[in-house]
Parts: sequence; C-alpha cells; structure tokens
Amino acid sequence: MVNQSVQTARGAVRRRALFERLIYLGPGLTYLFIFLLLPLLLVLSYAFFQRGRFGGIEYEFTLDNFTRAFDPIYIDVLLDSVVIAGITTVLALLLGYPTAYVIAGLPKKWRTIALVLVVLPFWTNFLIRTYAWIVLLNSEGPVNSGLVGIGIVDEPISMLYTKPAVIVGLLYAYLPLMILPLYSSIERLDDEIGEAAANLGAGPVRRFFSITWPLTLPGVITGCIFVFVPSLGNFIVPELLGGGKTVMVGNLIRDQFLKARDWPFGAVLALAVIAFLVLLFVVQAWSSRRLEGSDVGSRVDA
Amino acid sequence: MRRSRWLLIPFWATFVFLYVPILVLVVMSFNASSNPFSWDGFSLEWYGELAGNEDILEGFRNTLVVAVGSTVLATVLGTLLAVGLDKYSRSKALDAFTLAPAIIPDVVLAIGLLAFFTLVQFTLGLHTVLLAHVVFNTAFVTAIVKARLNNVDHSLEEASRDLGATSASTFVRITLPSLAPGIIAGALLAFTLSLDEFVIAFFTNGPSTPTLPITIYSMVRFGVTPEINALATLLILVSFTVVIAAQRMTRLTDSV
Amino acid sequence: MSFRSAQSGNLVNSGNRGNSVNRGKSPATKTVSWVAVALATGMVLAACGGSDDEPSAAATLDPEADLSQQSLVVSNWAGYMPEDLPKRFTKEFGADVEVAEHATNEEIVAKLTAGGDSGIDVAFVSGQFAQALAEQDLVEPIDETLIPNLENLYPEATELAYDPGNQISVPYAWGTTGLCYREDLTGFAPTSWNDLLNPKPELENKTTMMATERWLMLPAQKALGFSVNTQDEEEMNQVRDQLIDTKPTLLAYDDTTFYERLISGEASLVQAWDGWCNYGIAEDDRIKFVVPEEGSDLWTDTMVVLKTSENKEAAHAFINYILDPKIHTWVVENILYKVPNQAAMEAVDPALIADFPNLGMTPAELLEQEALVDLGEAAPLYTQIATEVTASN
Repeated sequence: MVNQSVQTARGAVRRRALFERLIYLGPGLTYLFIFLLLPLLLVLSYAFFQRGRFGGIEYEFTLDNFTRAFDPIYIDVLLDSVVIAGITTVLALLLGYPTAYVIAGLPKKWRTIALVLVVLPFWTNFLIRTYAWIVLLNSEGPVNSGLVGIGIVDEPISMLYTKPAVIVGLLYAYLPLMILPLYSSIERLDDEIGEAAANLGAGPVRRFFSITWPLTLPGVITGCIFVFVPSLGNFIVPELLGGGKTVMVGNLIRDQFLKARDWPFGAVLALAVIAFLVLLFVVQAWSSRRLEGSDVGSRVDA
Repeated sequence: MRRSRWLLIPFWATFVFLYVPILVLVVMSFNASSNPFSWDGFSLEWYGELAGNEDILEGFRNTLVVAVGSTVLATVLGTLLAVGLDKYSRSKALDAFTLAPAIIPDVVLAIGLLAFFTLVQFTLGLHTVLLAHVVFNTAFVTAIVKARLNNVDHSLEEASRDLGATSASTFVRITLPSLAPGIIAGALLAFTLSLDEFVIAFFTNGPSTPTLPITIYSMVRFGVTPEINALATLLILVSFTVVIAAQRMTRLTDSV
Repeated sequence: MSFRSAQSGNLVNSGNRGNSVNRGKSPATKTVSWVAVALATGMVLAACGGSDDEPSAAATLDPEADLSQQSLVVSNWAGYMPEDLPKRFTKEFGADVEVAEHATNEEIVAKLTAGGDSGIDVAFVSGQFAQALAEQDLVEPIDETLIPNLENLYPEATELAYDPGNQISVPYAWGTTGLCYREDLTGFAPTSWNDLLNPKPELENKTTMMATERWLMLPAQKALGFSVNTQDEEEMNQVRDQLIDTKPTLLAYDDTTFYERLISGEASLVQAWDGWCNYGIAEDDRIKFVVPEEGSDLWTDTMVVLKTSENKEAAHAFINYILDPKIHTWVVENILYKVPNQAAMEAVDPALIADFPNLGMTPAELLEQEALVDLGEAAPLYTQIATEVTASN
C-alpha cells in the first residue's frame, strides 16, 4: 500500500519535473533551434548546391564548391587570416597578461576602477573605434605629424592600409576581452602557494612558469579564444584599416554573399571557418579537462 | 604578493593604447575645423549638426527599438534556460549549443539568418534584426546567469520546497531574487551588445530601417565627417554611464 | 525512508542529476526539440513550395491612379540625388518617398536578388546590372505612356548596349572613368592608364584604384588593348597579372573616398568616375580629370522599377519627374554628373561647364568609349580574378 502511494507520488513528481523542464528549457531551446540551428544548417547545406547563373541557388547536388575551396588563393586567405588573428592574439596576451596581473594586485577600490576603464572602450561603437585609428595613423594624422615634428622621421610613414594596421585595429577591438578572463583567473590564485615557493627558494621566473602560468592557463585559453575567434571572422577592420588590400576570410565570406552572389561557395568558406574553430574548441575542452584535475592552487570558494 | 615593477610598463602601455584613440575622437569633436588634421578652435557646432541629423536620429530610434525588444526577450529566454540547464542538464553539448552564438563568427551567423529569412520569405526589416539579436543575446544572458547560479546556495530552494511551496512560488520568490544581479548584468550586457551590433544587423535588416551602427558605417565609409566625432563622444558618454551604473547596481566586476 | 524525504529526494535527483548514464537531453527537451524540428521543417518545405511561384503577371498600369495613396522606397548611392528631390516630388504628387542607400551595385543587386520582396520600388543601378536584373525577371517593363519625358533623352541614350530602347530601365546619369589627379603633387599631367598601373617611383603609395570588379579590371583591360566586356580567359589572366603587379604600389583600394584623399594630399593620382572627380574639383581646383589615351568605358546609371513594387504608377511618375528638364538640370548642378537628357544638358549654366570641363563631354565623345554590358557566364571569372588580385601579397 505504501509502495503504491509512493509510486504514484513518484509519478506525479516526475510529471511535474517534466513539466518544469519544458517551461525552463522549452522556450529558449525552441527559439535557438529555429533561429540558430536551422539557419546554420541551411547555410551549410548550400555548400552542396550550385550557384544559379545570376546568383541564387540551383538545387543540383555538387561537390564542386569544396574542390574550389582548395584553390591556393583561398587557402592562402584562410592561412593569412589565421596568422593575422594569431598575431593579434599573441600581442593581446603579451599586453593583457601583465595588465591583468597588475590589476589583480591592486587594492579593491582601484581594481574596480581599473576594470571599468578596461571594459569601457569595448562598450563604445566598434566602427567608430576603428575609424579613430584611420584618423590617428593617417599620413597626415597626429602620429605622423608628431613623428615628423620631433624629427624621428623625415617623411610620414605609411602605416595605414597595411597588414600591421589591421592587426592594430583587431588588437584594439578585442584586447579587453583578453584582460577580463585573465584577471578572473589570476585573481583566484592563492598567494600562499607563491609565497611558499619563494620561501623554498624559487626565483620569480621559476615561480611564474611553474606555478602562476599553469594555474592561470584556463583564463589564458579563454582569453585567447575570445580574441582569436572574432579576429578571424572580422571583415570591417581589414576593409577600413587595410584599404581593401588585406583580404581575410571574413571579407571573402561577405563578398561571396553580397558581391559575387555565390551563396554555395560562401557557405563552403563558412564551413571551413566553423570546422577550424570546432577543432580549436575540442583542443580547449581537452586541455581544460586535463587542467581541472590539477586545480590545486585556486581558492576553494571559486 | 608584490608585483614586479617591470609589469607596470605593459600595464600603462595597455591603457595608453586603449585611450589615445578615444581622446583623439573626443578632442576632435570640439574642433571648429572639419579637417581632422588641423585645429581651428573650440566649437560645439558639430553637436548642433548632430542634433539636426535626421538619419542619425532615425538610426538611433531603430537601434533602441531593437535593443530594448531583444533584451527583454533574451533576458526571459536566457534566464529560464540558465535555470533549466543548471537544474536539469549535465550535458556539456547542450551548454555548448546555447553558448554557440557567442562563439560563432558573427558573419557566419548573420548569413545563416539571412538565408533562413529569405527561404521562409520573411520580409526584412527591424523585426528580423530583433529576432536575430535575440539569438546571441540569449547566449550571453544564459552564460552570465548560469555563472551566477554556480555561486548561489541551492539549499534555500530546497528548504522552500520542503516547506511546501510550489515550484512556481519558489522560483519567483527565492530563485529569481537571488539571481537578480546576474539577470540584470546579463540584461545590461545584452542591451549594450545590441546597441553596438553591426554585422548581424547589416545582413538581416531591410532597406529603409537602418540601425545606428549601419548609419555610422555609411558615414565612415564615405570619409571623415566631423559629426562622427561628436557622435562618438556622446556614445562614449552613454557607455560610460551604463557601465558605471551596471557596476554600482550589480558589482559586476565581482562576478568576473 | 519517510514519504516526505522520498518526495524531495526525487525532486532534487530528478533528471540527469546523479544519474551518470543518462547524458544528453532529457526526454522532455527531446520531445520539445522534435516538435520544433517538425514545425520548422514543415514551415521550410511550405515556403520552398511557395517560393517557386512567379510573381503575378503585371497588370496594365493605371494612368489615373491616385498617387497620394502610394509611397515609394528608392535606393540610390549616397549623395547621388539632390537632397530635396524626394520632398519636392512628394509635394507635387502626394506620394511619400523614402530613400535607402547602397554603396555599390553589388550590394543593391544582392538585396534585390535575395528573394522575396526587398521592399524597394525604384532602384538606381548601373546599366549592366539592370540588364542582369531583367534577365532574372525582377524588373518591371517600362510603361512609356507614363513617362512622356522620355522624349528629352539624347537619341544616343535610347540605344545603349545594355538595354536598347530602354525597355526595362531609364538612364539617369552617364559618364566615363578616368584619372583624377593633382598636378602639383604628381609633377606631371598623366595621359595613360599605365601612369596608374606602373607608376613612377614618386607616386608609389599615393595612388588608389577602385575595387568593384568591372572598374578594377578596366585600366588593365584598356592598357592591354582588350575589351572591357571580354570573356576570354587568356586575356583576363593577363589583366590579373598586371593588376597583381600594381597592387604593391597602391595606397589603397577605394570606391568611395578617393577624391578626399586628393584634397588632403594623402594621394596624388586616383582612378575615378568623372562626376565623382568633380566633387574633388569643387573643393580644390588644383584637381583635374583626364580620360586616358587608351580609352575608357561608358557607364550609365539607370533607374529600374521592381516587379515586386506595389506602387508602380508612383514609381513611373518619379522617373518621369526626374526626366523633366528643370529637375534634371538641377540634378546636374547638384551632383556634377552628366545626364543623358538633351533638354536638361542644354539648359545647364555654361559657367558650370567651364568650372567642370568633363561636364562638357558630348554624347558623341562619350560613345567613343566602350559601353559596359553584363558579363553573363563570365561573371564568376571576374569575381575570382578580383579576389586573386586583392588578396595577393
């Protein structure tokens, strides 16, 4: 008797749990299903069809678009984009890590102010920030005028419309995204471990590489992803700061859809980018799982 | 632990790097000359021009509509999703799926949505931009609320239910209030992202309802116009206020 | 185990928690997902079926239509139409006019060919693109009875290669492409496309070329003696090789701000459309324009009415309004481009032509250049080459 009522009670409880799941997860997942998954699947499916004569799609199955993507020019653009995004990420790390480290060491009040200041440029309009660099780096602009005025160079250096200009633009856009996760990771470090190591005779460099760096690696990886991914797909910075002379994969994809009206080929390129990123994430997940086990130095309340 | 002095070099370099362009914009917005390469005296003329610029005002109105609408929707969807994922799902894949819009290159997402809207013959306009913005906004809200959930004490909820409260009541009276800072942070983040979002709006918008970033893009493409500097300065002021407010209200940086 | 704790125990442990075997979506979400899939798939299939329908055949347009009940969305290049023109039209005819902007032909054509109703009634596109749109059956045939001002056009403007007889488009402005430069910065007066393609050392990093395909190819095509409409792969490979050689000498590729660079001195020699160069001349009269000796193109920007428009009568009235000599002369004076409207050009103030010499080119002179037509099958070739050029190192 008790068993039966427990079972019906369990049934009611399970039904309610089911109902709750529907309420919580249903709306969000349905929305994402319709407006995220389907569009992505759709666009990726175009990769298998032909471009119509004037743009548009002809529903004839073909793998031509894939073979075309292996044309050296496109591989070059993809590699170039990876290199540019990679350099940007490394620079962001070189600048961002020390910055985050210093901020984490500040007294609480200053820490907050510093973080707000780091985040603030990120909240201003991206286009306008990029445009500011056009003004700054122009051959008639303040930087060049300053350099010529001080006498470091005789003639304005052409800095704009070059690959370095694109890297600077991307770095500027995404540096805050590197600093925040880094700060988060560094802030959780338990100072005592470092002090113990110092007491045992380890120098600052040794302490950094053996303790600090490995323990903050999750933050490093997150920060790198936050910078690398948007840099890879960005087309505005190469267009505005690169003078159209640096073609990144984002430009290629945009051009296929908006200029060449070759949606199938654009879809292949998008697939390539996604595949590449999925690979990156698999690596990140694998490495963070490995690191989770060695989470010794972080404070417990994290 | 004492930080090495050498670290201060990249530290200050970072802040100089981040703020010099902004200073340039702000200073130039008061430049009487339209030529950004020569200073002609202090003037508010560009702010005046800005106030009268119909295109910018229209862009701003449209952007606000999209930002507010998508934030509201995304906050609701995202909060529910975060709670649901936290309570009912161990699946990393599902987590990844809900976070996907934040990590897929926006150009890919934008094109997918354009293709989708085209296929279902949805006329493009502000409504399609709104629908598109909800997608990535939901991802961000979910991520932030979920992060907050990790720090929340579930025992309060359990106690509430043990004492006989219904799930709905527990949710409204216990869960939501404890999540409030995270929800607000998420909403603020979604709002700010939507305000500035260009790529997805560019692809999913109709011809006659440009959002502010799209208007700015046209202005920037056609060269240096001084109103942009005034606009930039104003936007910086707005962002500054929003971030300060967010910080005050939620101690945002504590949950970083 | 008490009843109460069993209950709460179950609640807390429901779903996947504590149940390491059951990874992945819980049954409820799985059901929800499948329902969503079914719905969406159905939607998609239904839409697929729907999108095969042709837009209903155009009914004859009504000359007596009440225009105040109609409204127009017109897409044009920025600054390519006097700013007050839409308002003047509305004042006279009652139909509201909203202006949308596009920066390149490719952009507007992409919007128009994306399927469904773009929301645009009248689009300003270059002739070869009007031709392409017509081949895709997106353009409404021009009803001449609603545009009596067509008679103001030059005879030459009624037999243009991309649309002989102006059946699907009406020309708005025409001109050619050439070199726009500041002699005080270049130190000489350029006469050939090679001055741009293989510039003197002093000019390196002070030149720009256009990036939109047809005009990117143009200088090299003419310098090598090819047609601007060539579809020959061999010839285009040579064009590509020349352009790749030119790229390192360029300051930037620029379709929109090249005259400003001349004014600021950032560049001294740029590829430019004749009218656009006039914008530069207007601000700095040291700027000059020349059509290179190898010859150039004849481009025409036209107005087309979209088949999806529900305001076709207002659209025609708009086009007719523009062809009115008073209005079209005002266009010339405002945007500094030549228009194919004989009555309008003859009414232009001679002083203006003295200031902007290229406004004085006669139709005969223009027709010496080669008219641009749609490339048809060869379009992807041009796109591929454009990518190879701009992405080259």
